[in-house]
Amino acid sequence: MSTATIDQPAAPEAIESFTVTLIIRRFDPEVDDEPRWQDFDVEMFPTDRILDALHKIKWEQDGSLSFRRSCAHGVCGSDAMRINGRNRLACKTLIKDLDVTKPVYVEAIKGLPLEKDLIVDMEPFFESFKEVQPFLMASSKPADGKERIQTVAQRARFDDTTKCILCAACTSSCPVFWTDGQYFGPAAIVNAHRFIFDSRDENAAVRLDILNDKEGVWRCRTTFNCTEACPRGIQVTQAIAEVKQAIMRGKP
Amino acid sequence: MTTTIEAPRSPYSRAPRGRGVNWEKWGWIYMRVSGVVLIVLIFGHLFVNLMVGEGVSALNFGFVAGKLADPFWRVWDIVMLWLALIHGGNGMRTLVNDYATARLTRGILKLAILGAVVVLIVLGTLVVFTFDPCPAGAPTDLLPLFCQAS
Repeated sequence: MSTATIDQPAAPEAIESFTVTLIIRRFDPEVDDEPRWQDFDVEMFPTDRILDALHKIKWEQDGSLSFRRSCAHGVCGSDAMRINGRNRLACKTLIKDLDVTKPVYVEAIKGLPLEKDLIVDMEPFFESFKEVQPFLMASSKPADGKERIQTVAQRARFDDTTKCILCAACTSSCPVFWTDGQYFGPAAIVNAHRFIFDSRDENAAVRLDILNDKEGVWRCRTTFNCTEACPRGIQVTQAIAEVKQAIMRGKP
Repeated sequence: MTTTIEAPRSPYSRAPRGRGVNWEKWGWIYMRVSGVVLIVLIFGHLFVNLMVGEGVSALNFGFVAGKLADPFWRVWDIVMLWLALIHGGNGMRTLVNDYATARLTRGILKLAILGAVVVLIVLGTLVVFTFDPCPAGAPTDLLPLFCQAS
């Protein structure tokens, strides 16, 4: 990492901006029967993000464009959307990483009920999340009434799945979830994995039993869409496979 | 700290699974195990039929009849038949579960798959165990040449 110093040249050469065409799938439930595609031209810098383009459209061209965003820095998980056919976070997708000679297609994530423009109803997604009981369950009193001690290796065992920000990019990229909303989906399994393999948790058996269901891990077809979609780089398919192994063993 | 915290807001809403056999789990394990065995069986089958000796030109009625006279190949074929058909049938079943949304369509399609698998397994098993290249009393002009030799 470089630290800014005072004696650096004040004005670097001007960065060139260019026009990017965004084709956005719009849907206003009060007016439209069907979603429709609408295109916008925006002036962007290569270092801008798709989220900046959406802001520019909303603030300067069409205030009715609706989308979710909160932190705008890839942590809150609000702005997962389908950009050029791939699920990504709008706030982590740079213009320079896309082919801007062609229009950029932006639409809501699939498999969840569309509410307006880029906003979907996340309730079914969180419903599955709740069902895997994603919280620490421990009946024992920690030693000295302090914290529960864990070795570095025990912590590393589930480190990957602690990174989940619940943006739904994985679950809404899963072809099984598209056709069967009853499937728990990758995100719920990832969050179950986070507690199943936590040495401090005592209820792994309950979660394994919940996921050992007709709509549980056995519906996974190992297509790796979820791993590819995850903006946090979680090895989602591997986590699901580890849960499958744990169910077959009967313990984590 | 001594009690288990209840699930937030909503109780566990999915119908609890019965205590019986977990077919989805065993189905998944079956697919993995039979898949590995089938790789050996099918490629062995193809290799012996198409590449060993004279190769594909040796394939004819007599070749198949000769193979089915050997207990080793009978066991090989019967195992391959059962594993492959159930493997394929189960795969089709998961596809139907994934893509057929209406209960009735799903039922009809799964019954059709089950019917096809059962018919093919029964027919195949019957052939492997009762195959006789030279049935007694059949008109000689319909029999292969090697039947007259014996």
